[in-house]
Amino acid sequence: MDLALWIEFIIKGFILIFAVLTGFAYLTLYERRALARIQTRIGPNRAGPQGFLQPIADAVKLIFKEELTPARADKVLFVLAPIMTVVPAMILAAVIPLGTQFTLPFLNRPITLYVADINVGVLYLTAIASIAVYGIVLAGWSSNNKYAMLGGMRSSAQMISYELSLGLCFVIAILLGNSMSLLDIVEAQKGVWFAIIQPVGALVFMVTTLAEVNRAPFDMPEAEQELAAGYHSEYSGMKFALFFMAEYEKMIVISMIAATLYFGGFREFWFLQNTWFSVDQHWWLGPIYLLLKVVVLLFFMIWVRATWPRIRYDRLMAFGWKVLLPLSLALVFITALGILLANQFGAVYIWMIPVLSIVAGLFTALLVNMSLRRKVAHA
Amino acid sequence: MTPDLIAFFVLALIAIAAALGMLLSRNAVYSALFLVLNFGTVAVFYILLDAPFIALTQVSVYAGAIMVLFLFVIMLLGTETLPASKALPWQRPLAFILALILAGEAGYLLFFRNVTSGTIPQPVQTFGGPQALGQALFNQYLLPFEITSVLLLVAMVGAVVLTIKKKGEQ
Repeated sequence: MDLALWIEFIIKGFILIFAVLTGFAYLTLYERRALARIQTRIGPNRAGPQGFLQPIADAVKLIFKEELTPARADKVLFVLAPIMTVVPAMILAAVIPLGTQFTLPFLNRPITLYVADINVGVLYLTAIASIAVYGIVLAGWSSNNKYAMLGGMRSSAQMISYELSLGLCFVIAILLGNSMSLLDIVEAQKGVWFAIIQPVGALVFMVTTLAEVNRAPFDMPEAEQELAAGYHSEYSGMKFALFFMAEYEKMIVISMIAATLYFGGFREFWFLQNTWFSVDQHWWLGPIYLLLKVVVLLFFMIWVRATWPRIRYDRLMAFGWKVLLPLSLALVFITALGILLANQFGAVYIWMIPVLSIVAGLFTALLVNMSLRRKVAHA
Repeated sequence: MTPDLIAFFVLALIAIAAALGMLLSRNAVYSALFLVLNFGTVAVFYILLDAPFIALTQVSVYAGAIMVLFLFVIMLLGTETLPASKALPWQRPLAFILALILAGEAGYLLFFRNVTSGTIPQPVQTFGGPQALGQALFNQYLLPFEITSVLLLVAMVGAVVLTIKKKGEQ
């Protein structure tokens, strides 16, 4: 490996981390403003124009807060836990392609708009996402606090349960894209987004990601009325800020993954192909399209938080194991069947995937509705 | 020394230290974490051997799923710290005998049997890639693969059956 490649890697890594950190800061503002609009309030608008400096004010406040460590806590793991939560959230973005490539002026050097395009990119995502559980579990345990412990337990059980459905949704995208490399998956969506071929898969993916990042309505680990603040009850100052940061960074990265796997990634809308707005014509449109898709998906997450109450914990586990897992298994089967038929008898058969999956999704919804309906006692 | 060799020795040192830490730690949570570190270094070994698929499967299955469940059980049962050593009486002598046999075998292989190190043919670049692995698993080794999955399914059904209470039993 030559030196220039190392320098390129380091610069790209720094830019990516900087982008995710800035995104985190402004996502907090975005969420507070959007929530305020939904609840007919105004939200933070005092620091700077339209509250634009609010994230900086928050950061300064958190840095100067006193840091407390409980006397009976496990000191090493107590410090290690926030780090173990934040690092996976940051390095997840490494395999996500932000665009195609461009040639650096003067140096005549092609620069690709992704840090690494490895042939097992999707597997990398699942591996790193599964490591992220440790930080939360250890934070709960090392605090030596019953509430924190219960919060950590709940979150690990929840994340493991929903990881299965999430992995199956990855499998659907791998099947449709015929590759584990995220760049290949994006290129395969040049014509039709996977969200159109497999709409139910995209929906299941969005639901499981909400559970994976512990967002409402699945924010059991931090249910205030039951568990104080959950796994980070004992954390204060910058250590608390790291947990906060990890949660919002994960939201951003998981929206990027959703956009990449199901909504065409950095590619333009399919009807803009071969026009001025195509990524093939102007490389710098790639990151802009991805950013637009991420902002829309993030709004979806905020919207869900503003509208839905928390699900009871036993129902949350039942939903993951008894509803989402069978449904996503059926979706994988339908997708594989559709691809096989399309290969054998012609490309038209690919459209049996959306039809059959929507039928499967509606059938599941019907079953859930029937089992949840209150039994009326007949007199 | 090539960079690969330096990386190998550093990783080997970490792996052995983590394994020792796992054995010697009196706190079960630390033991579990040392084991995770060990799995992580093994995964990097796989990457050095040009097998990224196996490396990432190692991380997501062992470190990401199985060890989280271990940690879960340790914390839930509240058995973090072990009591002072109360080993079974026959355990220590047996361990000594077995260790002696192992050392003898290793010594025999090292000094008495003349192992000539021929050059192993370099595998092709895509050897450990997902495509090659999938081809091998679903064509050549289909039967073992299916048997393994049936075994896992049986174990899973067994676990579910064990948790079901009989009617009338509280």
